Amino acid sequence: MSQTATMAGSPSVAHDDVVEARGPRPKPFFTPKKIMLYTALVFFSLYYLFPLYVMLTTSLKTMPEIRFGNIFALPQAPNFDAWVKAWTSACTGLNCQGLSPGFWNSVKITIPSTIVSIFIAAVNGYALVNWRFKGSEVFFAILIFGSFIPYQVMLYPLVMITRELKIFGTLQAVILIHTVFGMPILTLLFRNYFASLPQELFKAARVDGAGFWRIFFEIMLPMSLPIFVVALILQITGIWNDFLFGVVFAGTQNYPMTVQLNNIVNSAQGTPEYNVNMAATVLTGLVPLTVYFVSGKWFVRGVAAGAVKG
Amino acid sequence: MADAAVPAGEATGISTRPSALRKFFLHNLSAKVAAIPMVATVLIVFIGCTIWTIYYSFTNSKLLPTGKFVGLDQYERLFATSRWNVSVWNLVGYGAMSLVFTLVVGFILAILIDQKIRFESAFRTIMLYPFALSFIVTGLVWQWIMNPTLGLQGTLRNLGWTGFTFDWIANPRMVLFALLIAGLWHGTGFCMVLMLAGLRSVDDEVWKAARVDGIPTWRTYISIVLPMMRGVLVTAVVIIGSGIVRLYDLVVALTNGGPGISSEVPAKYVFNYMFSGGNIGQGLAAATMMLLTVLIIMIPWAYLEFGGKGKRI
Repeated sequence: MSQTATMAGSPSVAHDDVVEARGPRPKPFFTPKKIMLYTALVFFSLYYLFPLYVMLTTSLKTMPEIRFGNIFALPQAPNFDAWVKAWTSACTGLNCQGLSPGFWNSVKITIPSTIVSIFIAAVNGYALVNWRFKGSEVFFAILIFGSFIPYQVMLYPLVMITRELKIFGTLQAVILIHTVFGMPILTLLFRNYFASLPQELFKAARVDGAGFWRIFFEIMLPMSLPIFVVALILQITGIWNDFLFGVVFAGTQNYPMTVQLNNIVNSAQGTPEYNVNMAATVLTGLVPLTVYFVSGKWFVRGVAAGAVKG
Repeated sequence: MADAAVPAGEATGISTRPSALRKFFLHNLSAKVAAIPMVATVLIVFIGCTIWTIYYSFTNSKLLPTGKFVGLDQYERLFATSRWNVSVWNLVGYGAMSLVFTLVVGFILAILIDQKIRFESAFRTIMLYPFALSFIVTGLVWQWIMNPTLGLQGTLRNLGWTGFTFDWIANPRMVLFALLIAGLWHGTGFCMVLMLAGLRSVDDEVWKAARVDGIPTWRTYISIVLPMMRGVLVTAVVIIGSGIVRLYDLVVALTNGGPGISSEVPAKYVFNYMFSGGNIGQGLAAATMMLLTVLIIMIPWAYLEFGGKGKRI
């Protein structure tokens, strides 16, 4: 490159081209660079897709077929027997009810936890932006830094607190814990969102005499649908995938699906049935995967929003 | 705090009024009521529970947190326990590898995706979907794939490659790499999304200038673009790092600490002593050490990020 001086900032570089040519030169598709690029992409994609493929094919095989020992092979006669068994009669120790109770427990945990945690965080974020009071920012800062404390540090005292409240080993305890530990990220999300809305709206409503709750419900909420979707995705997948809080706080009767899945696979007695294990694994992954594929770009926005705290 | 800015232009001279106390409680009452959950979470959970844990880690509590004060005994015993030391070194080893590989793979993937490729959203979807799954699901799938007799090793041996060995999950010296493979599968897509956002925030002019100066592409990425993505990198490191310290579910599902104690991690140590070992004091001491680790990572970061005047978070 010799003519650097003339090029600074000018997008039309091709002075020495043929006069009539406009726009970029059409490139052939199979350049060596492109081939390398797509080979790398496909190679990585195989790494990401292989477990999904293995999960699905194994769950559709029979045990003799699996013992034959070819993890790549497609099932010879795909059938859902393993799925049915995983759902209705797979055993964890002496208890042979399959995953279905765990599924319903997870539903019973996820729905109220999601609603309660999002509502509290939304009101909280709104108060932090529009109704600051003495110390509110300090509490918020501690809240954010607190989210980096390992859960193990607070686990035992929380067990004692929930015991005192007589809710240890119930769904309420898990819901409370999810609300508490979801608060930092959700509050941050809503606070940043409300801060990005034009302040004039809030001021105008104030002048017209609307109060805290009225402004929240009639002005802020209708405008915050996008951030609600993001929070919803974040919470549904996060709470569904939780293991630690479920195993500590829910009590044996209310174990969520992840805990039951782990029990079915890792504390099963007798010969392991890999097809049932994989069917159970797929079933547990189905809800977050559905959320992921349905929400598409929103999921990316959700995880990115969870990350902008830096 | 200087920013007790009251909306709608009300006066702020609270302490000079005779009814200061009443005003302190009643002024802006709805907002204070709305903030009760946050204040309770901060005071009771984040501050209260943490202090409680630190305090009781100095006692000899067994089944109930009622023991008497024994100073640093629990910590001495902690570091004399081989399981704890193995856990710590596992976390250090796994953490270092996981951090480096997650960042490197995430960055490479982001670069690949950023080449104006076809089917960009399909590739992105494929790379990110593991992140939507739980660590339990991740661990169990990889446990099956790495099953020495019927998984990848057995399959390739059956297909004729008899010397093929991939028994990491059952090999005490390689089990951390088994964890790493599963962990990277789960988390690299997320890192890619972060990095991609960072790459795309770099101005096109920078690229043009680099091209004009004849700097090779790889050099531009490493020496120019990467330093410009500092914010994203710091975010990624903090998020990946705090995830590593919490590493628990994946180990439980994939190896359950085995073979032997070769893949134990601190979070699991804490859990076992608190809830099944009946030695609360020991568990709390281990938890306090985890807290200390996080603080050692967090404080320099917080200082760099928000040092001096508190910037907006």
